[in-house]
Amino acid sequence: MATAVRVDTPAKKADQAGDQIARLVVLIFAASIVLIAVLIVWVLWYDSAPSRHKLGWSFLTSSQWNPVTEQFGGLPFIFGTVVTSVLALLISVPLGVGSAIFLSELAPRRISDALTFLIELLAAIPSVIYGLLAIFTLVPLMRLYVEPFLRKVLGFLPLFQGIAYGVGTLTAGVILAVMTLPFIISVSRESLLAVPGEQREAALALGSTKWETTWQVVVPYARLGIMGAIFLGLARALGETMAVTMVIGNSTAIHASLFAPGNTIAAVIANEFAEATGDVYQGVLIELGLVLFCLTIILNGLARLMIIATTRKGSKRA
Amino acid sequence: MNRSLAWRKTVNAVMLGLTGVFTVITVSALFVILGYLLFNGGKSLDWNFFTKLPLSPGELGGGMANAIKGSAEIIGLAALIGIPVGFLAGVYLSEYESRAFASLVRYVADLLNGVPSIVIGIVAWTLVVVPTRTFSALAGAVALAIMLIPIVTRQTEQFLREVPNSLREASLALGAHKWRMIATVVVPAGSKGILTGMILGIARIAGETAPLLFTAFNNQFWSHGLTQPTATLPVQIYIRATSPYEDWHRQAWAAGLVLIGLVLLANILARLVLARGISVPRS
Repeated sequence: MATAVRVDTPAKKADQAGDQIARLVVLIFAASIVLIAVLIVWVLWYDSAPSRHKLGWSFLTSSQWNPVTEQFGGLPFIFGTVVTSVLALLISVPLGVGSAIFLSELAPRRISDALTFLIELLAAIPSVIYGLLAIFTLVPLMRLYVEPFLRKVLGFLPLFQGIAYGVGTLTAGVILAVMTLPFIISVSRESLLAVPGEQREAALALGSTKWETTWQVVVPYARLGIMGAIFLGLARALGETMAVTMVIGNSTAIHASLFAPGNTIAAVIANEFAEATGDVYQGVLIELGLVLFCLTIILNGLARLMIIATTRKGSKRA
Repeated sequence: MNRSLAWRKTVNAVMLGLTGVFTVITVSALFVILGYLLFNGGKSLDWNFFTKLPLSPGELGGGMANAIKGSAEIIGLAALIGIPVGFLAGVYLSEYESRAFASLVRYVADLLNGVPSIVIGIVAWTLVVVPTRTFSALAGAVALAIMLIPIVTRQTEQFLREVPNSLREASLALGAHKWRMIATVVVPAGSKGILTGMILGIARIAGETAPLLFTAFNNQFWSHGLTQPTATLPVQIYIRATSPYEDWHRQAWAAGLVLIGLVLLANILARLVLARGISVPRS
């Protein structure tokens, strides 16, 4: 048995060194991604220190906002962020999951792919363009038709009372719904497509109608992925800035009515950050950013885990 | 379970029909948006838009030449920073996988992708605007680069993974070292997809407004160099659309049409390249 003789020619040595260097270089750049994430957390934590020290936890529960007298309460913005996002989901979840069902269960594959392509283009439209359209088309539409109609039909609820301005929480919710739709549809569709065909065949063989098969077998099978899609949409809605800033009306009061102007975390940062003077004022806005960051990270983290779990389950059993 | 067959069939038809209606509503949203932009933007777009500086409110006419140049500079610089970092990190994820750390990087990249753009703006403000004491194109570019990196990373990884393993084995069997295999076989084979990912990433950051508001800020005039406040198309749209002046609204529509034209063109081109798959036949 001959032992392999290693001949270390200069070229070969260079190649071996090249391997080491290449590995090190890509490792450094990969690590830089983790570093950026750490940097974001550190910046938000460090820069919000003046506000955290001065205001403490009461910041999150106070609703007084007056930069001139240095009264800062974050509640109106947290409230507005949650309300607009929930409104958006109330509209986009039925629409989105319904569309995803059509695209995965009914439409032939080629038509489904073409329609999905068009729907995903909706996600490519910049936020500021949604805002532009909303200001000039959606706002008048809401003021003249939708809000008066809602007041007439559902006016007994405090949610639908008051003056129809057009700009306000409801309009922001509607525009957010359109913006979250493509995410909900494309991820839900993927999860539904990952459901093995045997599941459908078994339900149909037992005499179920197509709808019963879809609603009682396919959708429950893909529920984790659909939940993931909804969380992903919710995270998008929470962090969405421009379109909301342009139509929400920027009022720092909390109103029961959805017609009234409101504000969100992202909108108040966009509006006031460049003009914020003083450590505390800036710190407060950055602390709001920190709150937003934590919310979206938690939602995104959960969403990713759910989506991974569903697509894995589907492919294992297929 | 005492529902009649006729009832079940009706429910079936109604619900399935409803899903179709929902799809039509969603898809038509795209066409309504594009139609409106084309109509209003087309009315307002003229040659001055591309060649003239903005005028003060009240004066009719003017253009956004400075914002077009500013956007191009900031996006170019962001790509210059973001693409190499994202690309190399993607190579690591696909080719040097070492279980725990790679999945950490992957997960963090996905989370970074979901961080609201306004928060990225705060970070770039702290890192660049505060130390240099001025709003600048550079600060805007740093913000956009932070957004670009995770996108490029994940796209690069995804397309490198589609390169068949037989190519890797063949080149290693010929005696190539790993880095030569990656540089001369794997990356060229996945290049089309990687290019697609880069185009999509740039298209995504091109329309970003929120992170530019307090990094690049805005400028009425030409900006000289990267260390001055710089006008960009998205920020101009925001300012003009929310202003009370009729003529500024007209310009906002024109800018909107230009911006969406570029973004959608990039998306459609990228997806057409992608549709033709990777550059080597899959065995």
